[in-house]
Amino acid sequence: MLADKHRAEIEAILAKYPPEHRRSAAMPLLYLAQQEYGHVTQAALQEVAELIGADRTQVGSLVGFYTLYHDQPGGTYRLQICTDLPCALRGAETFAEKLCENLGVRLGGTTPDGMITVEGVMCLAGCDRAPMFQVQGADGIHYHENQTVESAMKVVDDLRRKSSHA
Amino acid sequence: MPEHILLRHRDLPGLERLDVYRKHGGFEALRQAVSTQTPAQVIDVVKASGLRGRGGAGFPTGVKWSFLTPNVFPRYVVANADESEPGTFKDREILERNPFQFLEGVAICAYAAQANLAYVYCRGEFWDLAHVLESKIAELRAAGLLGKKLFGSDYALDIQVHLGAGAYICGEETALLESLEGKLGQPRLRPPFPAAEGLYGKPTVINNVETLANLPPILTRGAAWYRSIGTEKSPGPKVFCLSGHIARPGNYELPLGTTFRELIFTHGGGVPGGRRLKAIMPAGASSSILAASDAVLDTPMDYESVAALGSALGSASLILMDDTVDMAWVARKTTEFFKHESCGKCTPCREGTYWMLHLTERLTGGAARPEDAALLESVARGMQGKCLCALGEFSTMPVTTALERFGADFPAAAGGAA
Ligand SMILES: Cc1cc2nc3c(=O)[nH]c(=O)nc-3n(C[C@H](O)[C@H](O)[C@H](O)COP(=O)(O)O)c2cc1C
Ligand code: SF4
Ligand code: FES
Repeated sequence: MLADKHRAEIEAILAKYPPEHRRSAAMPLLYLAQQEYGHVTQAALQEVAELIGADRTQVGSLVGFYTLYHDQPGGTYRLQICTDLPCALRGAETFAEKLCENLGVRLGGTTPDGMITVEGVMCLAGCDRAPMFQVQGADGIHYHENQTVESAMKVVDDLRRKSSHA
Repeated sequence: MPEHILLRHRDLPGLERLDVYRKHGGFEALRQAVSTQTPAQVIDVVKASGLRGRGGAGFPTGVKWSFLTPNVFPRYVVANADESEPGTFKDREILERNPFQFLEGVAICAYAAQANLAYVYCRGEFWDLAHVLESKIAELRAAGLLGKKLFGSDYALDIQVHLGAGAYICGEETALLESLEGKLGQPRLRPPFPAAEGLYGKPTVINNVETLANLPPILTRGAAWYRSIGTEKSPGPKVFCLSGHIARPGNYELPLGTTFRELIFTHGGGVPGGRRLKAIMPAGASSSILAASDAVLDTPMDYESVAALGSALGSASLILMDDTVDMAWVARKTTEFFKHESCGKCTPCREGTYWMLHLTERLTGGAARPEDAALLESVARGMQGKCLCALGEFSTMPVTTALERFGADFPAAAGGAA
């Protein structure tokens, strides 16, 4: 249960908002749930809903609306390549294709070891350092910019190593 | 190079540290405001400076603040750090490298608005950045620069960071407020405007990160100094983002009114590979596309002059494209973006972006039918003026201007439009 395991963190989140507006804590609590369970499970929705005094469908609709929440399990890490217009002008689409080839997946797919899901995403405010991607995992979201296929494969190796040590 | 006012960290290494920032006059503006000026006086200075919102619309900041419903409390200030417009990455540099100037700006705005609580709404992808900001805010609390009785006055302020979760529409101010309230990020019908009924139904000021970073220097150096930079109607410095086909992509702080030519060729190093510059999107994906003629290149980049060209300055995030780029493909790329980001609340935008995507895919996928370009045009025109928020309108602009100004790039339309 989130409420038992992360009591202090939950209190800190709730304290950011006026007590009569607990619902504002929905988004940070969803992040917490996702970090705990890997994706936002049905049980987690219920837990978050109870913490903020909303109903489960309200919380569930947020998961569908915002792209950084996932209601289905994916790879341990989501490698999200920006293929939006400014990055595409600097070769991001070719980069994404080649990286997928190297990883043996299609865009949207997960590597056979279940480690990496590769996705194409919209602008990440790093257009001047394309090709670039972010990695979303249990430890948050981190940027990797000015990438080549080689440097990206190194990032992937590091992720695999990190996860086998975890 | 003249001094940087917003990207001041480029002149002063270590400026992201509180001790360094204070050594260079940091929090002097806030101290002066809180201990010697009334909120109304601060608003007057900001009005006199002519500062216009840097989030895209260019609305005069001081004027916006003065719309707050009188005598209704509590009030809130929200900093818009959602920065999601394709081609825009200026707020991120300010937040990462010059965070205290931004936070001091938030505090000044909050004092002027008589708000005791301010939120910084960061796009979810700024996860690392948001955590750093939280630690900077904690430093301010520890230093007594946030909290109760600021500078010995009765004024109290706290700042909190709120992370979004991946939705461009949350940059639109009323969608942002919904999101901050824990709801779907869908725009509200206006009026009421946030200055009357904003966060939790209370009077609220929402400003862009760059707008807020302008406030400390305006207060310490004065409105007349500020007006000495830029043009009469568009005063002050601006951070311009350069992306796409440009030798030196990145942020450039220059006076509003700098010409396209100076920005692109003198500062940005021109188009790589000796290619010809074909098109400019001055306001990210939300642009009317400009064909890069000499007349365009010699136009000063201020709000009025770019509008007079049939485009808009917006957030001043220039996407540059050389002569290899097919504008039908550009229309497809921007449509993919807007289709993905449409919040689905109103029919013209939800359905219109869907149909525009189908048509632009057909037009660029080798399966175009003779009537497709005209159909695309009619879908886009049919959306204009009918959408609940500006996203729907934005989505049509690259499409209609690509058709109108680069008709030859649309295969099936070439016969009719050329
Ligand atoms: C679809 C859409 C997206 C927007 N995205 C942003 C954004 O990412 N950042 C921002 O500051 N303003 C954005 N805006 C503008 C805001 O609605 C608002 O005008 C701005 O934050 C006001 O601040 P300013 O007066 O300081 O510019 C967006 C507007 C629309 C319609
Ligand atoms: S115009 Fe689009 S983004 Fe705006 S409210 Fe309508 S559906 Fe949502
Ligand atoms: S377009 Fe890729 S980060 Fe902006």
